[in-house]
Amino acid sequence: MSPTEAAPLRSAPRAAAAPLIEARKVTRILPGIVPTTLVHGIDLAISSNEFVAITGPSGSGKSSLLYLLGLLDLPTSGEVLIRGQETSSMPEEDRAHARLTMLGFVFQFHFLLPEFTVLENVMLPMRALGRLSQADMRTRAGELLGSLGLGDHTSKRPDQLSGGQRQRVAVARALANEPPVILADEPTGSLDSKASEQVFELLRDLVEKKGKTVVAVTHDLDMANRMHREIKLIDGAVVTDEFQVRR
Amino acid sequence: MNLILDIAWTHVRGRVRQTGFAIAGVATGVGFSIMMASLMQGSQNDFTQRLINTLPHITVSDDRRTPPKQPAESFFAAAEIHGLTPEARRPGIKNPLASAAALEAWVPGAIAPSVRVPAIVRYASQDVAITVVGIDPRREALVSDLPKQLRGGITLSVLYRATNAIIVGDGLAAKIGSRPGANITLQTSEGMRLNAQVVGLFHSGVRGIDERTAYVLVKTGQILSRQTGLINEFRLRLSDPMISREIAARIEQDTTYKSVSWQESNEDLLNSFIIRNIIMFAVVGAILLVASFGTYNIISTITHEKARDIAIMKSLGLSESTVRSIFVVEASIIGIAGAIAGFVLGYLLCIALGTVTIKSPFMDADHLPMAYTYTHYLLAGAVALGSSVIAGYQPARKAARGNPVEIIRGAT
Repeated sequence: MSPTEAAPLRSAPRAAAAPLIEARKVTRILPGIVPTTLVHGIDLAISSNEFVAITGPSGSGKSSLLYLLGLLDLPTSGEVLIRGQETSSMPEEDRAHARLTMLGFVFQFHFLLPEFTVLENVMLPMRALGRLSQADMRTRAGELLGSLGLGDHTSKRPDQLSGGQRQRVAVARALANEPPVILADEPTGSLDSKASEQVFELLRDLVEKKGKTVVAVTHDLDMANRMHREIKLIDGAVVTDEFQVRR
Repeated sequence: MNLILDIAWTHVRGRVRQTGFAIAGVATGVGFSIMMASLMQGSQNDFTQRLINTLPHITVSDDRRTPPKQPAESFFAAAEIHGLTPEARRPGIKNPLASAAALEAWVPGAIAPSVRVPAIVRYASQDVAITVVGIDPRREALVSDLPKQLRGGITLSVLYRATNAIIVGDGLAAKIGSRPGANITLQTSEGMRLNAQVVGLFHSGVRGIDERTAYVLVKTGQILSRQTGLINEFRLRLSDPMISREIAARIEQDTTYKSVSWQESNEDLLNSFIIRNIIMFAVVGAILLVASFGTYNIISTITHEKARDIAIMKSLGLSESTVRSIFVVEASIIGIAGAIAGFVLGYLLCIALGTVTIKSPFMDADHLPMAYTYTHYLLAGAVALGSSVIAGYQPARKAARGNPVEIIRGAT
C-alpha cells in the first residue's frame, strides 16, 4: 500500500468520484498599495491520470495557479479542493501533510538541498513522512533513482551532476512518497533540448505507465500539444481548456 | 526528530567559521560568568569562614533580651514604675558549671566559659578602649581558633607564665606601640586598675577583633571585674556552624539568657551578601545576554541564507513547526557547544585567577579565594542554553512563517 492510499488527507473522508484537484472561483490578489490580481474566477477540475499543460504568456498567472493548486499559496477567494476536500480553511499542518502525501513538486530549477547527497535529497520527503524504516527509505530512493537512470550517482552531491540529471533527481524526490499528483513549474525551462525531451518523456511515463496525474506549467507549445489537455490563461483567467485528441 | 537534527547539524557544520564565532561568544559568556561567580562566592565563603572561625558560633551572656518583670507588674493590672537603676555589677550566669554541663549534654559541640570585661588599656600615653576576655586556655581551643592565631609560635599556656599575663591583638599592639614583654595597665569603669604583662600577640584577620580584644585567664578577668567566681559568658562552637541560629534559640528558651548566634551578630554583613549576589547575577545575566546576541546573529544569517531551502522544504510538505524546530535545534547546538566550551574556559580561568598573588591591607589571603561548585556551571549553562534557544526562536519563527511562493519565484 502506498502512503497516499493509506491517508490521502488527514481529516475528511474521500468524496466519491470527485475530481483529484478542483478549483472553484479561485481568485488570488496580492495585497499592496496597488493590489495585483494574479488569477481571478478560475474554475477547473483535474481528474486522475491526466497530463495537463497550463500555458499562457508571461505574467498570465500560470505559476500562481499551480501554486494555488499545490496548496503552497492560499486563494483570496474561492476554493481549492483535493479529492473533494476543501483545503483553504485547513490548518497549516494539514495542508503541509497534504503536500507531503498527495502532491509532488518539480520546479524550473532543481532546488535540491546542496549539503545532502542525491540519495539523501530523495529520501527527504520519506523521512518527513516517517512511515518507512531507514533501510526501506534507502532502498526505495535507490530504486527510484535507478529507474530514472541515476543509479550510479546516488552518493554524489547535486553540484556534481548535470542540469538534466539534477532535474531528474528533483522528479525522483517528487515521487518519493508516491503522490498521485505531480505539479511541475516549467520543468524543462532551464534545460537544453535533449535534457528537456528526457524530462518530458519521464513525466509522460509517469502518467501513462504509473497512472499519475501531471500538471505542468510550460511555455513550450510543442510540449503542451503533446499533452492530454491544455489550459490556457491570459491575464489571470482561463481562456481555453481543451482536451486534445492526440495522446 | 532525526530529520530535524540531521538538517540542523548539516547547516551548523556547513558554516564552521560563523558557528565557531557564535560558540566562542557563548563560551566566553559562560566562562567569564563562572569565573565571576566563583570569585564572588569564593570571597564570600572566605569571609564567612573567617567569621565562623574567629568568633564563637554562639555566645550566651548573662544579659536578657527583655528587662526582668518588676513585682508590682505581677500584682497590678497597670503599674507605673519610676527610678529603676540598672545593676552596676554584672550578675553573671548563675551556677555556671551546672549550666555548662546541662548544655554540654545536648548541644552538638563544645562550650567554654569566659569573663568579658570592658576596660581601657593604657600604655605609653595611649588610652584605647578594649574588651578583655578571661578564658580557660585548655578549653579555648575547643571553641575558637585563637591557638592557631597566636603569633611567634607560642601557645595559650603562655598565660600561665606571668602574673596577669595578657595576649593582645596585633592591631592593638601596633596601635599602642607595645610588644611581648611590655607592661600595660588595664582600667575598668569601676576604677579597678591592673598591671598586666603582654605575653603574646594574635591575629584573627578581623580588624575589629585584632584592634580591640585581649585575652587573659578567667581568674584575671574576675579580678579585673572585682567579682570572684564570675562567669558572664559561655562561648560555644558547634559541629555544624550553620545550625547556630536554631541552637541559639533553643538555649535562650531553656536558660532565658541572651543567646546570640554568629549569624545574628553579623546580620548586616550577611544581608550585604544578598545585595552582592543580586549584583553578581545581574552582571552574569548581562554577560550571557550579550553572548546570546551572537546566537541570534548566526541563526538569523543561516535562516536568511537558507530561505530557499526553507521554501523547498515547505513545498515538500515539511510543516512550519518542523522548519522552526530545525533552527531552534541549531541554536541549541550552539548553546550546548558554547556552554561546554565555556565550562572548560571557566574552570581554567578560575584556576588561573586562583594563582594570582595579592597583597591587600583588607585581606589576609595571599591568593584570590575561588569557590568551585557545580551549581555555577549548571546555572551558567542553563542560562546560556535558554538564551540561545530564545535568540534562535525568533528568526526561526520568522523563517518558518515565510511564504514559500515568494522565495521560489525569486530564486532564479
